[in-house]
Amino acid sequence: MNRYPLWKYLIMLAVVIPGLLYALPNLYGEDPGIQIAGIGSFAADQATLTQVERALSEQDIVPSRAVLDSSGIRLRFTDTETQLKAKDVVQDELKNDYTVALSLLPATPNWLSSIGGAPMYLGLDLRGGVHFLMEVDVDGAADNAEQRYVGDLRTILREAKIRYLTIRRSTGGGIGIKFRDEAQRDKGRQVIADDLVQLKLEDRDREGKPFIHATLREDAVSEIKNFALQQNMTSLRNRVDELGVAEPVVQQQGDRRIVVQLPGVQDTARAKEILGRTATLEIKLVDEEHDLQSALRGSVPAGSKLYPSRRGGQILLQNRLIYSGHNIVDAAAGRDQLNGSPVVHITLDSRGAEINQRVTGENVGKRMAVVFVEDRSETKVNAEGLPVLNEEGEVVKVRKRIEEVITAPVIREQLGKRFQIEGLDGSAEAQDLALLLRAGALAAPVDIIEERTVGPSLGRDNIEKGFRSVVIGFLLVLVFMFVYYRTFGAVAGSVLVLNLVLIVSALSLLQATLTLPGVAGIVLTVGMAVDANVLIFERIREEIRNGNSPQASIHVGYEKAFGTIFDANFTTLIAAIVLFSIGSGPVKGFAVTLSIGIITSMFTAIWGTRALINLIYGGRRLSKLAI
Amino acid sequence: MELIGTTNIDFMGRRKLALMCSAILILVGFGSLFSRGLNWGIEFTGGTLVEVAYEAPIQIEDIRAQLEEAGLSDAVVQYFGTSRDVSIRLPVIAEEGTAEVSTRTLEALRGPFGEVLTATTDNRVQQCIRDDSGPVPCTVQMRRIEFIGPQFGEELAETGGLAMLAALALIMLYVAFRFEWKFAVGSVAALAHDVLIAIGIFSILQLEFTQQVLAALLAVIGYSLNDTIVVFDRIRENFRKVRKGTPVEIMNKSINQTLRRTLLTSVTTLLVLFALFFLGGEVIRGFALALIIGVIVGTYSSIFVASPIVLTLGLSRDDMMPIKKEGADQEKILP
Repeated sequence: MNRYPLWKYLIMLAVVIPGLLYALPNLYGEDPGIQIAGIGSFAADQATLTQVERALSEQDIVPSRAVLDSSGIRLRFTDTETQLKAKDVVQDELKNDYTVALSLLPATPNWLSSIGGAPMYLGLDLRGGVHFLMEVDVDGAADNAEQRYVGDLRTILREAKIRYLTIRRSTGGGIGIKFRDEAQRDKGRQVIADDLVQLKLEDRDREGKPFIHATLREDAVSEIKNFALQQNMTSLRNRVDELGVAEPVVQQQGDRRIVVQLPGVQDTARAKEILGRTATLEIKLVDEEHDLQSALRGSVPAGSKLYPSRRGGQILLQNRLIYSGHNIVDAAAGRDQLNGSPVVHITLDSRGAEINQRVTGENVGKRMAVVFVEDRSETKVNAEGLPVLNEEGEVVKVRKRIEEVITAPVIREQLGKRFQIEGLDGSAEAQDLALLLRAGALAAPVDIIEERTVGPSLGRDNIEKGFRSVVIGFLLVLVFMFVYYRTFGAVAGSVLVLNLVLIVSALSLLQATLTLPGVAGIVLTVGMAVDANVLIFERIREEIRNGNSPQASIHVGYEKAFGTIFDANFTTLIAAIVLFSIGSGPVKGFAVTLSIGIITSMFTAIWGTRALINLIYGGRRLSKLAI
Repeated sequence: MELIGTTNIDFMGRRKLALMCSAILILVGFGSLFSRGLNWGIEFTGGTLVEVAYEAPIQIEDIRAQLEEAGLSDAVVQYFGTSRDVSIRLPVIAEEGTAEVSTRTLEALRGPFGEVLTATTDNRVQQCIRDDSGPVPCTVQMRRIEFIGPQFGEELAETGGLAMLAALALIMLYVAFRFEWKFAVGSVAALAHDVLIAIGIFSILQLEFTQQVLAALLAVIGYSLNDTIVVFDRIRENFRKVRKGTPVEIMNKSINQTLRRTLLTSVTTLLVLFALFFLGGEVIRGFALALIIGVIVGTYSSIFVASPIVLTLGLSRDDMMPIKKEGADQEKILP
């Protein structure tokens, strides 16, 4: 009685051995290292690695290990001093085309990495860093799109020679087009329906005039919103690259939010500045036909507008947009080849290049202005400085648009795909401008709605304290179980060790993020895992008290307790899963470890202890149990 | 070793007293909730939390003055741990309800030392540049920043409440499926009881109610249910096994039989929770406390609340007789 067949032991081993193996990488610690990844079209490849290694060896620095894979190049060093020196050397060598980030690289031996072994992935609250949750103003994006359609409608109707009275955006949303008569309206509707398929058209009569109410189709709206989100994701990724962070995370959350995680970053101010800005360029022609002085006195000619210049004063520009930041493919800071003054080199896409070529060709000798446009989203406040709320009690946000002419140089020759902007204040300004332009134009403003930053010292504290509380809690339970149940308690204790190893191994294998609440989940699991054993052992004691033989008591104890244990754990699992599905950030980590812990503890506490108990007591004639 | 021998306590006979105790606890909690409310953490109210560590002890008043000067009024400044560690809480600030507040706070604190953080991204001590010297470790070390936008806070509170209800509903369904609807009502009532009392205690003591506490309460639901199910399981078993005896007798017998297990598991769980509470650090303390309260209340409710409610609903032997042979099913999945 109470003997497991060999295959059951083999199954146990089949779980335990990989469990130990994949928990192993966590014992190796970390090496100081640097990570190199390409930006944009640049990729970190074998040539880059050779280049870097040559530059390092010139400075007598030899990395202890160099790895090249799809995520880039990772170099390890024996100490932090070499690491810091190496970073400067590599940064100088590779300039701005690659991100070079300091980081701690897991010292997992090759044979373990080759079978997919890696240490647990620590959350930002354990290793320090910045977590942002950003909300994209997708409604604003839809709003902008509607605004663009007003322009499109005008052009289309004018080109089709259809007489309309007004085209205006209605207050309740949508665009109202007023026509002179029914015939014009019918023609107009035909033209619009052919050209602008994204609009839904509705005939109405207003003030006795025929009228079309155009709204964006629902699928078009959701497409625009999704596009705004995707474009923001791309821009944020580029900007994060510019910050030079190892293993950054930029992830979509829901239909309007983006999570940005920057491990190891401490300068949150700079991170916010770079991530939060919405900037683009607008290229316009300077209005040289009209007099600037009379415009300053108040008579701004139609079709033109006054813009402040970064150099002070105002400039009169034509309203017509030649092209915008959307057409900019790349921007890099540099120095003018002739006079060495700071410049930004700009590369346009094909459409931008085509327009640029045509317009500059027609306007050689005239001035072309580069307008820097920055969108900032701010909370609207009343006179007392308190936030203004709308009907739903939400804070009203106002978008502020800052427009400034950076430079308005004379077009010296016909320009094409590549050109440069001059007249910048210094190389720092050139760097900043290039960075923002390269990150691309954002289709809709983003707001940071959540920030969680953990400094490195707190991160380290959290690891230490978390680890200590796991160990102490664990030892307390171990001692308690041994004192209370003796041999059986020792068995329960040893499978508890196994349970811990399996949890660590599962977390390592899944690369699920371990947060501080996650550690708490492990601690809690340790406390609750013995519950299954308490249930079984109490049953066994009961059976013995009822006068059953020791072997029969063991058998019946396990059998009767199983259903209870299953029900009890299953319901806890329900709570954990609900927690996972709604929890945000660190709380999710708790749900993950709790769920994993429930599953592994079922395995170890029921089958693990049974296997050991069978090994110890199975098939023997017993008069007494040490329980 | 055995701490408790075989007991034979008349739990059911004292159910009126127990229910009264619970009712009073819940009512007092409610009273506090309505009069004082909860001390909501910034996750739910929105706002900014900045924790910094100074090189040397610092006066709270000095910090407050520095913040005032930077236009950051209404700051709650407190020590935590030592007089070098300071936490600063700022409500959603009018003109800037944005993430900029934490930036300005740090600037205001670093200003008097004439230091500016350098753009370091390495995971080490923060380095600052002073007026007269190159990068040195900052006098003011940022430990933690948390900022939650006001709307997002409301949303978190809403989803948190919803999660709680969803968890209760799902559990009720499962228990109704595995046992019987009266048990489902009993267990969910016990869980609601635990959560209400725990929230009440948080309100009475004005402990900060954070997202972690919410998570802890959900874990408490799981834990308390665990306890309740074990008791219910034994009640069902005894109804089927013991042919005579009133429901009251059978319930008493079942609770007594499982009592040692109920208490032992609470002891082991509390052992680790106390380890977490005392050793886990500031960040996790509220979480551990919520769990400790929850485990104690949960243990109580699985003994004194869940079964009496099932009894009050009129459980009879007929409810417990299996329609299909459930025992036969279980045998197959046994080890």
